[in-house]
Amino acid sequence: MTMNRRELLRNAVASTAGLVVAFQVPRALRVAEAAGAPPPPPATAFLRIGTDDSVTVLLAHSEMGQGIWTGLAMLIAEELECDWSKVRSEHAPAAPVYAHPAFGIQMTGGSSTTWSEFDRYRTVGATARDMLVRAAAARWKVPVASCRAANGHVIHGKQQLSFGQLAEAAMALTPPKTVQLKDAKEWKLIGTPVRRLDTPEKINGTAIFGIDVQFPGLRVATVARPPAFGAKLGKYDASEALKVPGVEKVVPTANGVAVVAKHFWAAKVGRDALKIEWLAPEGGGIDTAKQMADFRATAKQPGTTVAERGKVADALAGAKLKLTSEYEVPYLAHASMEPLNCTVKIDGDKCEIWTGTQFQTGDQGAAAAILGIKPEQVTIHTTFLGGGFGRRANPAADFVGEAVIVAKAAGVPVKVVWTREDDMHGGYYRPAYVHRIQTGLDDKGHPVAWDHVVVGQSIVAGTPFEPMLVKHGIDGTSVEGLADSPYLEATGALRVSLHSPRTPITVLWWRSVGNTHTAFAMESMIDEAAHAAGQDPLAYRMMLLKEKPRHATALALAADKAGWNTPLPAGHARGLAVHESFGSIVAQVAEVSVEHGNIRVHQVTCAVDCGQVVNPLGLEAQIQGSIAFGLSAALHGKLTFAGGRVQESNFHDYPVVRMYEMPRVSVHVVHSKAKMGGIGEPATAPIAPAVANAVFALTKQRLRTLPLRLA
Amino acid sequence: MKLDINGSVHEVEASPDMPLLWVLRDVLGFTGTKFGCGMAQCGACTVHLDGQPVRSCVTPVSSVGARKVRTIEGLSADGSHPVQRAWAQADVVQCGYCQSGQIMTTVALLEQKAEPSDADIDAALSGNICRCGTYVRIREAVHLAAKLQRGAAK
Repeated sequence: MTMNRRELLRNAVASTAGLVVAFQVPRALRVAEAAGAPPPPPATAFLRIGTDDSVTVLLAHSEMGQGIWTGLAMLIAEELECDWSKVRSEHAPAAPVYAHPAFGIQMTGGSSTTWSEFDRYRTVGATARDMLVRAAAARWKVPVASCRAANGHVIHGKQQLSFGQLAEAAMALTPPKTVQLKDAKEWKLIGTPVRRLDTPEKINGTAIFGIDVQFPGLRVATVARPPAFGAKLGKYDASEALKVPGVEKVVPTANGVAVVAKHFWAAKVGRDALKIEWLAPEGGGIDTAKQMADFRATAKQPGTTVAERGKVADALAGAKLKLTSEYEVPYLAHASMEPLNCTVKIDGDKCEIWTGTQFQTGDQGAAAAILGIKPEQVTIHTTFLGGGFGRRANPAADFVGEAVIVAKAAGVPVKVVWTREDDMHGGYYRPAYVHRIQTGLDDKGHPVAWDHVVVGQSIVAGTPFEPMLVKHGIDGTSVEGLADSPYLEATGALRVSLHSPRTPITVLWWRSVGNTHTAFAMESMIDEAAHAAGQDPLAYRMMLLKEKPRHATALALAADKAGWNTPLPAGHARGLAVHESFGSIVAQVAEVSVEHGNIRVHQVTCAVDCGQVVNPLGLEAQIQGSIAFGLSAALHGKLTFAGGRVQESNFHDYPVVRMYEMPRVSVHVVHSKAKMGGIGEPATAPIAPAVANAVFALTKQRLRTLPLRLA
Repeated sequence: MKLDINGSVHEVEASPDMPLLWVLRDVLGFTGTKFGCGMAQCGACTVHLDGQPVRSCVTPVSSVGARKVRTIEGLSADGSHPVQRAWAQADVVQCGYCQSGQIMTTVALLEQKAEPSDADIDAALSGNICRCGTYVRIREAVHLAAKLQRGAAK
């Protein structure tokens, strides 16, 4: 059986040679891992208490909308017993102490921040509280046990001192070796709805995103990059560009040409004036129609085996009912609202970088390698991210590395700003996939044979993660949720196999990664099986999920809250899907209609089991947002290649869900004792199949290609 | 040329075809107004000209003339404008990048319609893209802002 990404990455860290080399994970961390016992977190790296009573939480992860600015602060505050109104968050610098507790490098992704930091951040809070209490006890010359912390003060009888009054004395004390964390029933913050700490600056225009970085002497650059995947830079003539008022320099990059100017507009006008000869891709470049035809042809043959049990050919031959279906999804851009950008200032053997990144350790290493300096000589100031969705977690450090090259060549501090078109043409897409599934059902409708071939590019092939994440030729992210599908545990004959063709198109994780296509294929095919067996799609799934109580509970809750099988307005129908990813289970019921030939989603009823919830208000926001993100892919998202060039360029031809298309969303949480999972991504994947299944219920058209298009 | 921005007059040197967005951001340092698409598709750059919402990314600075420019920085620094208060109360923001534009569009909507319907909200705000998907809470916040504004007017 395949491991999920979290398990894969955990194993990667446990046997971590490649990761260490690639990202130069510091020796201390490696030693700690080898010893098997992580050292207690140094509280001062994660928390500052000011003499003015301010409590500043340093975030080892990046705030990109998912709410950790608030959530991680809640974890510290829960144990610290501080005054919540005094709590502020800020991004930590890039440094080994901020390495991801499970993945070993400083990064944000995999819906992992909250579960991976749950112990560390609470421990930091408890450690600081212990020091503050001891400092107060010493000042009063009373036993420590007679003092307690509450609401930003240490109290002894009628005496009290504020944390600010104790901060300096507490800092001088030796941290405790161990601390006792609160029992869950003592929690005052965790599990309660808490509004975001980053709202004030995000509603008055003062929040600083990477693109907002400005300082005296900073120049702005735009870069002309190859217009097609596989194209190369030939000759260029900068003379007209250099005549544009405000343009100061034109310098080559690794594969393009940068125009450095006083401000963005001059840099853009200057770039438009460049005369560049691009060398066409060898073989003419990728064409989408041909590529997908090749993928479909490839899918007719088994690939590298991911999982196999029984004799699938025999079981198919003996099945009462046989179904064969192919599902397809296209390449997708992340299209974060803030186009990519990165600011770099080089000063002798030091480099400062300001950017919204999900991947500090990799970016720091890449900048150091380009400049021939040590990673610790590269300072990274993580700004707010105007959306991440995986695009700002690039092992290739593309937008950071390029900016370092431009700043080095230009000899001045430079902010490289991408236009929307640059961002959409810049690669690192969710890869296209074809799934071909053959299943055989017995007379009760149970799948007794399942033969599943997946074709699509590997995300991790060619990256520093390949040695750990590609096992026996299988990129686990290409097949997550298939071989370990809860529906197939009782299926006697199973084969899942994978083809990972290599192309010049660069690919990357995109909110919920492989689940974006595996959930669509699995939940659509199960729906097809239910209908072929003449069974209600809910009852059919419940039958198959008898041994999977978490899935069954989530599905039943969503169906119940949606009023499954209750009457709907004429022309409306419901569809459902349930999928496990990132340690959480999400079930969704979508209510749809067709208006003027367009699929319209009115309501999504969602049930989630993610174990302990830290901030239910944040959870609800992530579910709503994930549904919007997944719905954009279900209804609209598609990149098309011709001669290796992406044909789409901006939001007019790469539409995303807008206000008028956004369904009502209701969120229902399963009260669960399960291990904590993630919440930033898991609600993304089920929406496409839930909508497709609803469209089938309404129209009898089985739509097997994303974006969904009615005949 | 002179620009009246949030009640103050600024003397600006810029080429006439330079979009107002980049004059605001790169020349004057009003970075609260955001660049998202450069072709009036996403609404992140929305500012007001004499109270009307416009896409500053396609508004040549030379076309502004004597009209009064209002940006997100001109609403209130302390978040006390009813639309900002509604945004905070409904916990709308996620990454936050599009929210200046969403808020400026909403302020203009509420100046036109004190009690917008859901259809009014669809019509006014469908030009503002949010990739985080905060639409559900934006809708809630627009209704709430309308209520707060009516309360303030009484």
